[in-house]
Amino acid sequence: MNKKAIIAVASGKGGTGKTTVAVNMALSIENVQLLDCDVEEPNAHVLLQPKIYETKPVYILNPSVSEELCDLCGKCADFCKYNAIFVGPEKVLVFRELCLGCCGCAIVCPKKAISEEERRIGTIKKGLAGGLELVYGELDVGEPMAVPVIRGVKKQIKSDKNMILDSPPGTSCPVIETVKGSNYCILVTEPTPFGLHDLKITVQVLEGMKIPFGVVINRAGIGDKKVYEYCEKKSIPVLLEIPFQRRIAEFYSNGVPFISEMPEWKEKFRLLFNAIKERVSE
Amino acid sequence: MTVLSGKGGTGKTTITASFADLAKNAVIADCDVDAPDLHMLLHPQVLETQEFKGPKLAVIDKAMCTECGLCRESCKFDAVDEGLQIDPFSCEGCGVCVVVCPVNAITLTERISGHAYVSRTEYGSMAHALLSPGEANSGKLVTLVRQNAKTLAERDNSDLIIIDGPPGVGCPLIASVTGVDAGLIVTEPTKSGIHDFERALRLLRHFNVPPFICVNMYDINEDNAGKIVSFCGENNIEVVGMMPFNPVVTEAMVNGKTILEYAPESDVAKEIASMWKKILSVF
Repeated sequence: MNKKAIIAVASGKGGTGKTTVAVNMALSIENVQLLDCDVEEPNAHVLLQPKIYETKPVYILNPSVSEELCDLCGKCADFCKYNAIFVGPEKVLVFRELCLGCCGCAIVCPKKAISEEERRIGTIKKGLAGGLELVYGELDVGEPMAVPVIRGVKKQIKSDKNMILDSPPGTSCPVIETVKGSNYCILVTEPTPFGLHDLKITVQVLEGMKIPFGVVINRAGIGDKKVYEYCEKKSIPVLLEIPFQRRIAEFYSNGVPFISEMPEWKEKFRLLFNAIKERVSE
Repeated sequence: MTVLSGKGGTGKTTITASFADLAKNAVIADCDVDAPDLHMLLHPQVLETQEFKGPKLAVIDKAMCTECGLCRESCKFDAVDEGLQIDPFSCEGCGVCVVVCPVNAITLTERISGHAYVSRTEYGSMAHALLSPGEANSGKLVTLVRQNAKTLAERDNSDLIIIDGPPGVGCPLIASVTGVDAGLIVTEPTKSGIHDFERALRLLRHFNVPPFICVNMYDINEDNAGKIVSFCGENNIEVVGMMPFNPVVTEAMVNGKTILEYAPESDVAKEIASMWKKILSVF
């Protein structure tokens, strides 16, 4: 069976090299779509400089209350779990930043005074970098909710291609939204106490979601050996080690994917991808 | 003051820990609640643990359910799957399924989404937390940590709270910067670092928080570091620190110490101390 690989690249701790791994792997293989789901701080496009051919807004639904129809009964505010609606003596106030867009207030309103209004919270961009297709999202600065933008990015998934999803850091809802539906997850860590601590939390998330995973150790050579000991004890495969080299850091600082200057790494990423592909086809 | 960065891994926690060391009697708050690391340098002794109740979780009573599928149709978070099972990772606890269910088969149940801690460290009181892996609503937990920090500051008669912020610019970061007196953006001289720094700066402006800038590992790319400095000059933003790359930072972390304890004579420790002085003079 030739099942398509859907690989999420996550980390827990920020700045461990998720984007480096996602971009370099995507550039090393064929027939792949790269989705940058770190919509708060997307960086894949900084490295790839794609030609953007499509831009579209992401909306969420917010309630709009008709003052004519509303009798200030307060059922909407009672229903809202996020305190996004306040019913005053004369007027209903909507706190848009708190609204998740569940639309429950419109359902419970007995006067049908609430309609749903679209509000822009971000943008989806699609572009091409050489033959590589990149989709990324950008949360508008000041907007709190990343998840609907991540959903917007994931709607662009093409099922005939392999997929690499670059996840945001952390272990909460934006990460869940990104890795949900993947058939493998690469956890990028660094061999330091912070890297290990946040790796352990992310491992718990993936075990809970029943997604198979392996670890890529970036900046190998710094720190200590505890990440290795942990992986061995938990029987987590260490898929690849990227050494700490000033050269690699400098390429990154200039926005250059390091495989383009160090082509010997292309093969390593290709082997890594093939191993994962085999694993997901089992 | 909140220490933030946009991009992860630029050195927020290293710097916050050293500030805690330098400040004496400041209250420290770790607001990176889904991947907190500050405790590994400050070794807090936990005095009080609070349960954090996040969003509720919808539960379908299968004995009552008629499988009409209205819950699945109405859920805006795709949390009800084809087999009409609730995915706890997607459920936001909004309660729409509860009101649309024609046979009242769905209820919302409480779930513990994490814990908040009030602690003591060698350097002062500390408020911190840990979100349970994969839980939502970290912004609300951040708010709880900040409330705890405020209570501690009043109790300790301290006039400074130092907040270690999360990466990104979304809900947990917004909850970490609203209403603070200053934000220190720690950036690095990489193209990605600059991209994320610009967004973090826009966020501070959006919420009217005065910014300070620190360029960490500036010598990895001095051209880019120069660009950040001149950008800040043009925009009247004070660059309070230029920290060199030094492996001693990782060594200190491995030893569970702040850089000031571990290598007080190092160039990075001295730069952090000078940065702290500059920030204090503005306050």
